[in-house]
Amino acid sequence: MKPDQGLALVPALRSELRKVLSTRMWWLLAVVLLAYLAFLGAVMGFSLTTDPESMTGGLGTVTELDGRTVAETVYTLAVSLGYVFPLVIGALSMTAEYRHKTITPVVLAEPRRGVVLGAKLLVGALLGAVYGVVGTAGAVLGGLPFLLTKGDGAYLGDRAVLTDLAFSVLALAIWCVIGVGLGTLLTNQIASVVVILAFTQFVEPVLRLGLVAIDALAGVQKFLPGAAAEALAGSSLYSSTGMLGLLDRGWGAVVLLAYAAGFALLGRYLTLRRDIS
Amino acid sequence: MPASASPGPPVEVRGLTKSFGSVRAVDGLDMVVRSGAVTGFLGPNGAGKTTTFRMLLGLAAADSGTALIEGLRYAELARPTTVVGASLDSAGFHPGRTARDHLRVQAPFAGVDNRRCDEVLAQVGLTEAAERRVGGFSTGMRQRLGLATALLGDPRVLVLDEPANGLDPEGIVWLRGFLRHLAHERGRTVLVSSHVLGEVQASVDDVVVIARGRLVHESSLEDLVALADPRVRVVTPDLAGFASMARRSGWSAEEDPTTGSLVVTGASPTEVGAAAYRERLEIHGLAEEGGSLEAVFLRLTADPHEVAP
Repeated sequence: MKPDQGLALVPALRSELRKVLSTRMWWLLAVVLLAYLAFLGAVMGFSLTTDPESMTGGLGTVTELDGRTVAETVYTLAVSLGYVFPLVIGALSMTAEYRHKTITPVVLAEPRRGVVLGAKLLVGALLGAVYGVVGTAGAVLGGLPFLLTKGDGAYLGDRAVLTDLAFSVLALAIWCVIGVGLGTLLTNQIASVVVILAFTQFVEPVLRLGLVAIDALAGVQKFLPGAAAEALAGSSLYSSTGMLGLLDRGWGAVVLLAYAAGFALLGRYLTLRRDIS
Repeated sequence: MPASASPGPPVEVRGLTKSFGSVRAVDGLDMVVRSGAVTGFLGPNGAGKTTTFRMLLGLAAADSGTALIEGLRYAELARPTTVVGASLDSAGFHPGRTARDHLRVQAPFAGVDNRRCDEVLAQVGLTEAAERRVGGFSTGMRQRLGLATALLGDPRVLVLDEPANGLDPEGIVWLRGFLRHLAHERGRTVLVSSHVLGEVQASVDDVVVIARGRLVHESSLEDLVALADPRVRVVTPDLAGFASMARRSGWSAEEDPTTGSLVVTGASPTEVGAAAYRERLEIHGLAEEGGSLEAVFLRLTADPHEVAP
């Protein structure tokens, strides 16, 4: 980035923030995210604090988890299962511009398209952090009653658990940045959302479980974006239940950021430099 | 830009060319727009008007040639929306955003505040609709909001692509007056495209006519009018006598069955009136018609390779 582009980001950032605050979509999705994670938190909080012997189905084969692992697993559910929200939100910030043809006034006002993307990435990180807080709070609120009454306690004073909460927010913020890059690469809104849903809800879970079954490729699953985000958050539904291994936190961050940078660069130089019709 | 630097003409296009596949949308186009005037950028649909605007505004890359605003490429302009305001058909609005918020989103780039947003909304007559979501706007209201967006940074040059599309007759009259006001009283340069000559005839000073991506005519409106055969509409009880007088004078005369009047081509009202007086023909009405400008437009933009019908 050239030095004068730093200052150029200021109006672009203000414009992006006004875009977010002037439509209802963001608030609606935040409410849905909160409710969804509260529900998942309650379900997992109940399941993991209930004696496996008394359950039919579910995670019946799971070995008994200690109280802190249960808390970490429940509190980071937003990273394991809710990351599709910030990812979609991030993608929409660019695809909506193409869908509603507002990309034309945007690049008329700021012809340096790299500045436009840079502002969207930064606001995406901020917005992702807000969704991270909402999603993480939802999981905590949903799981808390069960951890307190049936489990070994909330562990909300525990340093390791609090660290996980903070990194859960960070992981979700980076997911939103990845979404911005993906939406820039794939500007068609429907295509973008379909790819996100297919990948997060089907392709990645199947790949993670499938790759582990093949000895030579067993380590590869750790480098998938969902696994890297869980590594960054420090806990995972999959890993704490002993099904899959994770990278350590630092490498998780590196891998996740690499995805973010990769999509943003591909979007900038493959799609965003094209003519705008 | 330092004050001493003399900027180039408001809009200058040289050898501009762009192809889509095997189709040359814009083909070596040259044009210069005069400062402080309203220039009509005319051509039939598909002539390359919008493509020219998109290249001028940095939305599309030219294959070759240049399109400059005050001597600079669009990407080189500092705070471009304060230099040139554009309203394009292809520009959209988020349906969930209010008119005011649409402008507030653009405002930081122009360095203007909320007050200016309200000011331009008032200028285009959208004050009442400021807090309404754009999703419920009519085409005419969207046109007005597009114009408000173009005006936001108080630019010296306005580039408007078919701004009369979707406006009701009252809106078109308003637009004409508004564009003339901007150019003649506020010293702005207005470049306005249209595929209907009649639509801009009443508001433009200069015309640039293109067809198949090439310049076919560039002049003042008066010079274009001079190319037209004068037409005079005559209301008379003696249609047959008038028709024979016109034929003898070397003019063509045609009866307009809807009004029962006679349209004489090739003469001015003065000539027709004088001839009628000489031959003692009764006249109830005599009026000059501007409609023949359409014929000039069609002649200028006709494809020479196509056999005339």
